[in-house]
Amino acid sequence: MPDLGLEVLWKGKNFARLLGGLWVALRISLISAGISVLAGILLGIAASRKRSVSSVVLRIWLSVIHVMPQMVLLFLMYFGTTRAFGWNLSGEAAAVIVFSLWGTAEMADLVRGAVTSIPVIQRESVEALGLKPGQIYRWIILPQAVRRLIPLSINLITRMIKTTSLVTLLGVVEILKVAQQIIEANRKASPNAAFGVYLTVFVMYYLACRPLSLAAKKLEKQWR
Amino acid sequence: MEWDYIEKVLPLYGKAAWLTLRTGTAGILLAALTGLLCAAALHWRVPVLRWITSAYVEISRNTPLLVQLFFIYYGLPKIGIRTDPETCGIAGLAFLGGSYMTEAFRSGVEAVDRIQEESALSLGLTRLQAFLHVIFPQAAAISAPAFMANVIFLMKETSVFSAVSLMDLMFTAKDQIGLYYRTTESLFLLVSAYLLILLPLSLLGSLLERRLRHAGFGT
Amino acid sequence: MAETVLSISHLTKQFDGQTVLEDLSLDVSEGEVVVIVGSSGCGKSTLLRCINALEEIQGGEIRLRGELIRHDGKNLPELRQKIGMVFQSYELFPHLTVLENLLLAPVKAQKRSRNEVREEALALLERVGLKEKADSWPRQLSGGQKQRVAIVRALIMHPEILLFDEVTAALDPEMVREVLDVIVSLADQGRTMLIVTHEMSFARAVADRIILLEDRRILEESSPDQFFTAPKTEQARKFLQTFEFIRKKKEEA
Repeated sequence: MPDLGLEVLWKGKNFARLLGGLWVALRISLISAGISVLAGILLGIAASRKRSVSSVVLRIWLSVIHVMPQMVLLFLMYFGTTRAFGWNLSGEAAAVIVFSLWGTAEMADLVRGAVTSIPVIQRESVEALGLKPGQIYRWIILPQAVRRLIPLSINLITRMIKTTSLVTLLGVVEILKVAQQIIEANRKASPNAAFGVYLTVFVMYYLACRPLSLAAKKLEKQWR
Repeated sequence: MEWDYIEKVLPLYGKAAWLTLRTGTAGILLAALTGLLCAAALHWRVPVLRWITSAYVEISRNTPLLVQLFFIYYGLPKIGIRTDPETCGIAGLAFLGGSYMTEAFRSGVEAVDRIQEESALSLGLTRLQAFLHVIFPQAAAISAPAFMANVIFLMKETSVFSAVSLMDLMFTAKDQIGLYYRTTESLFLLVSAYLLILLPLSLLGSLLERRLRHAGFGT
Repeated sequence: MAETVLSISHLTKQFDGQTVLEDLSLDVSEGEVVVIVGSSGCGKSTLLRCINALEEIQGGEIRLRGELIRHDGKNLPELRQKIGMVFQSYELFPHLTVLENLLLAPVKAQKRSRNEVREEALALLERVGLKEKADSWPRQLSGGQKQRVAIVRALIMHPEILLFDEVTAALDPEMVREVLDVIVSLADQGRTMLIVTHEMSFARAVADRIILLEDRRILEESSPDQFFTAPKTEQARKFLQTFEFIRKKKEEA
């Protein structure tokens, strides 16, 4: 059995430190996801009216986000704001802002899609029953839209967790950075630590994302 | 913004953009190849291979590219697999993209009605002929928008290559900011270069999607 | 006595343990037109699919001019070339033009020359009144036109026998006629055919022999005149009554 450098993990608090690093990454994604879901729902409902200002705003916003890599947006936020406004944004704050902007647009697009995809004939048939617009929203559109949305928003959160790995390049001390530090510190004692530690990071990300994507898949099938 | 400076560093960005384009294209082509093979293994239910494929798709889709790259670049040499930065970037992109391409191709093949294959078989075509002449052309047209979306997604993902010391656009911009504090110019050049690469792809993608959504064969 | 083209003996077909066809035997001789009728779900379509080896069979055997048709047989593509099948849903290939639809199998499977097949395709299209549609795409055709192309696609392989699986069931009423006319003219040319249909007047006109399939087996086998005027079995009478009922209603109105 070759030396896989796994023993480093059990030295001192290394494993706990890695978990702590994972938590930093997860925290960024969960905060951003929370903001995105709330803001996205509001923007999405507003943008579901055809030819409204918000629908135009959403479309422009989306095309910017679709065409620019996340990493470039992070860079713009991190370095650009310092330059333009003299803010000294921390990497973590820049990440939360960028991911929220990204997530809000995506979420709003999903909401808009879910709301507008409910056939007009259904609205008409309940209008014929004498329900008021508010009641139609509450009892007909909302429940169907929510069912369509939940799996899609879980997927968005999964993507957000994966994208959070980028913040290490802004100098945020998250799991990859912690991994680097551990490998660096044990360079002499365990020269093969890079294999074991990065493998662990790999598995940790997998374990964080897999249950979510599995749940999304299940719900999607169940509610189709 | 200082145009003299921009003119001076333009070749630097040109070189970096070329690197991004080159490694991105190579990675995407490999990803497409991987996707084709995996989709075939799943479609024909090849024993063992389809289990490996399913596991691979799961792992690839549930981990970030950056972590995959770190593992390939820093981890694998410890067990004797050494790669230079460019190979590592391409391999990482292929590993990530392969699973996305698998999904795109698989859903295309699944969308072609089974009875189309039966109709081809009933004319006396072999299974392979039926696949090549009847199923594949239809599946390819159905997969095209998803394929194009993957191409754009993967090209964007190359922006993390600087983490394995590839001197790509991100690397160059960061370098220039760090060395000369040319933040405005660097960010401007960075965004422009990516727009130059991604905007045509994105336009092509939406064109393709519109064509295939509103029309089938024969319009 | 004409030679037997298709011979089915003691055929049994099951789906997940449920028997759909049981111990079914049937011979079709050269130039004969056999029409199979029966209520939906009686296994008529399954029978045709078995003949073309699109379904695995659990018992008995099917032979085409003495050659055994097996679901896992090596010579299956060659055998299928001799069996023309027309589906209810046309199944033209949407990514190919009408002409390309017709050329695909003769050129790829039978390795015939493209030019020769092309000539024949155009001649056949002319016979069904679709010559000017040769370069159209399937989606530009009406259902009736699609089905006529599908018939030509089967004919151009020079099959020994033609199988028709409810070919008018998906058509709008006004298009049924044009398709059935083509089939009747094929009967006049002496083609060997096995036809599943719900069109009773067509069945009576085109058939040399009518077969009633019910409860997994052949219940009655008669000449068309006898079947429609004096059916031998109670089931056949009942089956025919379902059509009569519709006519009575019309008369009342």
